[in-house]
Amino acid sequence: MAHLSEAAVVKINEICDRYIDEKTPLMMILSDIQKEYGYIPLEVQELVSDRTGISVAEIYGVVTFYSFFSLKPKGKYIIGCCLGTACYVKGAQQIIDKFSEILGINPGETTEDGMFTIDALRCIGACGIAPAVSINGKVYPKMTIDSVPKVVAEYKALGGNN
Amino acid sequence: MATVNIKIEGVPFQVEAGMTILEAAKACGFEIPSLCTYNHGECSKGSCRVCLVEATGARGLVASCVYPVAEGMEIIISSPKAVAARRASVELLLSNHNKNCQQCDKNGKCELLHVAQLTGAREGMYEGSKTPVTIDRLTPSIQRDTSKCVLCGRCIERCKNAHGLAVLGFEKRGFNTIVAPAGNSSFADSPCLLCGQCVSVCPTGALTEVSEIEKVDAAMKAGKYVVVQTAPAVRAALGEEFDMPIGSLVTGKMVAALKRLGFKKVFDTNFAADLTIMEEATELLGRIQNGGALPMITSCSPGWINYCEYYYGDLIPHVSSCKSPHEMFGAILKSYYCEKNGIDPKDMFVVSVMPCTAKKAEKEREQLQNNGMKDVDAVLTTRELAKLIKRSGIIFNKLPDEEFDNDIVGEYTGAGVIFGVTGGVMEAALRTAAYKLTGEELADVELHDVRGFEGIKEASYNLGGTEVKVAVAHGMKNAKVLLDQIRAGKSEYAFIEIMGCPGGCVAGGGQPFVKPCFLPNEDADILDTYKQKRANALYAEDESKSIRVSHQNAQVMELYASYLGEPNSHKAHELLHTGYAAKERFKH
Repeated sequence: MAHLSEAAVVKINEICDRYIDEKTPLMMILSDIQKEYGYIPLEVQELVSDRTGISVAEIYGVVTFYSFFSLKPKGKYIIGCCLGTACYVKGAQQIIDKFSEILGINPGETTEDGMFTIDALRCIGACGIAPAVSINGKVYPKMTIDSVPKVVAEYKALGGNN
Repeated sequence: MATVNIKIEGVPFQVEAGMTILEAAKACGFEIPSLCTYNHGECSKGSCRVCLVEATGARGLVASCVYPVAEGMEIIISSPKAVAARRASVELLLSNHNKNCQQCDKNGKCELLHVAQLTGAREGMYEGSKTPVTIDRLTPSIQRDTSKCVLCGRCIERCKNAHGLAVLGFEKRGFNTIVAPAGNSSFADSPCLLCGQCVSVCPTGALTEVSEIEKVDAAMKAGKYVVVQTAPAVRAALGEEFDMPIGSLVTGKMVAALKRLGFKKVFDTNFAADLTIMEEATELLGRIQNGGALPMITSCSPGWINYCEYYYGDLIPHVSSCKSPHEMFGAILKSYYCEKNGIDPKDMFVVSVMPCTAKKAEKEREQLQNNGMKDVDAVLTTRELAKLIKRSGIIFNKLPDEEFDNDIVGEYTGAGVIFGVTGGVMEAALRTAAYKLTGEELADVELHDVRGFEGIKEASYNLGGTEVKVAVAHGMKNAKVLLDQIRAGKSEYAFIEIMGCPGGCVAGGGQPFVKPCFLPNEDADILDTYKQKRANALYAEDESKSIRVSHQNAQVMELYASYLGEPNSHKAHELLHTGYAAKERFKH
């Protein structure tokens, strides 16, 4: 556990203890850690394992099953491209490919400067405005390939300043 | 016991309520083809869909391994709909399976191939993506191949049931799902005991042992002085590889086969088991008399040693410093035996036939070497020995019974034989400790309180006025209870025996697979009884020996008199004792 700061160890143990009386505490613990730190690396999973008695393999299985959890830190701006059925038939694959091309990363990856992460999402319930993209909660309706560079530029202009 | 009335294939039966359809069918004499379920539900609960049947009251076909019987239920196994569905399930599994069956270690024991034959699965019905071939072969003990995995989850459940661990788990989602140690890392970088229990339940070649047959071949070819020793549990199970009933004792035939395979000498690890008892009993009495760390815990099982080093590093002072018996034997062969027989130890190659996969890794430990030479050079499992025999053309079942080589390290007592079953080391040690403390032999050497398959066994013996409380645990789930007591300072025992595998070595991870689908002549409850049957074979051999206490082994006594001095002497420590070190659980 050499890589974790003492403060982080205390915090993660505190999160585990919040749910100590729950019958199945794992989802709640991981959810709080994801919110607190933005990702759940293996070292942290080991700590949760020690505290809860749940095996690391099982924890890792849950973390890699749900796309909400992440093993690596995510970028400041998370570009969620919907690939649900409606968005897909409206060309969402080309939209996500364009984001990948401009940012030089694959879906699920984060740019080296830590600014952008591209996430491939299943239906986000915005089929009426397909293809839809959601960036940090802000939804961009009826995206086109041509509008992708403008959206990226908008956030690049913001940089780390918001 | 509440019962329900059901019909299977139109025939009425009365069965226990709460049973699954699969269990009920089995009890009534029907074998529904199934794959993922094993041993009281050790599976991921109906994931493979091979055991589909029709059942009244259910919507569509049901997975018989998880669907419970109900009053008045009519079950149809052979309807065209059910037959076609089972075949399709198997064809789907085969569509994502690496079918290099000829090279597969489970060839002949593969349950997927078995259900493929049963259901008449056709080749190439579904074409699509394949799970990539990724092979983890970093440990000397077990290997994992994702392209053979059917995601049944038996291995995960076995690890939980046996050890309270789950070194393996399901990872990722959908088609990308794999079963792997956390982070898809190697067993070598995970807190795995290498016990091989997962290998013994895996229905396919996804989990196998790492074979060392080629190493033995190479040593023979290079003209080395190749000697072999066999652990007690091997003789109680090897016959199963040649279709003998479970529980057949094949000591004589095993020795005959080994002699024909070209080994220069065929020894019994039991000689060293007797030696272990001399060292271990002396160590125990020393700790009791000198205020050493108590309880003392046995050290024969490398699976347990791995667990201790990963999870209970703080309790290492409690573990006996004795090497495991086959390692002691290796050390004695390469010193005492070579000296007496004018053999250069560098020319000697020691092969151990063990019921164990963890022994393969154990022999690589730095702490188990003398003068830069490993005590043991290769470890073959019981299954690998069977392969060697089959390959050589020997008809095992027709072999005469022959005797182990018995020159200066060949004698063994009944106490050594029972090492192969849970409680056996304890019983053997007490037989000798009693003599050492009282100067008298036990009236009855059979100590039934430490026999049997109860998870934790306790007993108390009055040895020459000293009350000695002992405990026996097998499988780490049980061991953990005793270890936590020690950690909390509440253990009341003087001596504890711990074996890694549930049942002890007779049910070790290197033993012949017990797969009911390949054992039509065994009883339906064979998974509950096979350990006892194998154990009975060992107890029978113990009973047949005229000498049943280690301290009467004349050759062991001669070894002390002419070479080692006395138990726990400086020389004995050099050759027969070892050390342990706490290990990091994960290597990032």
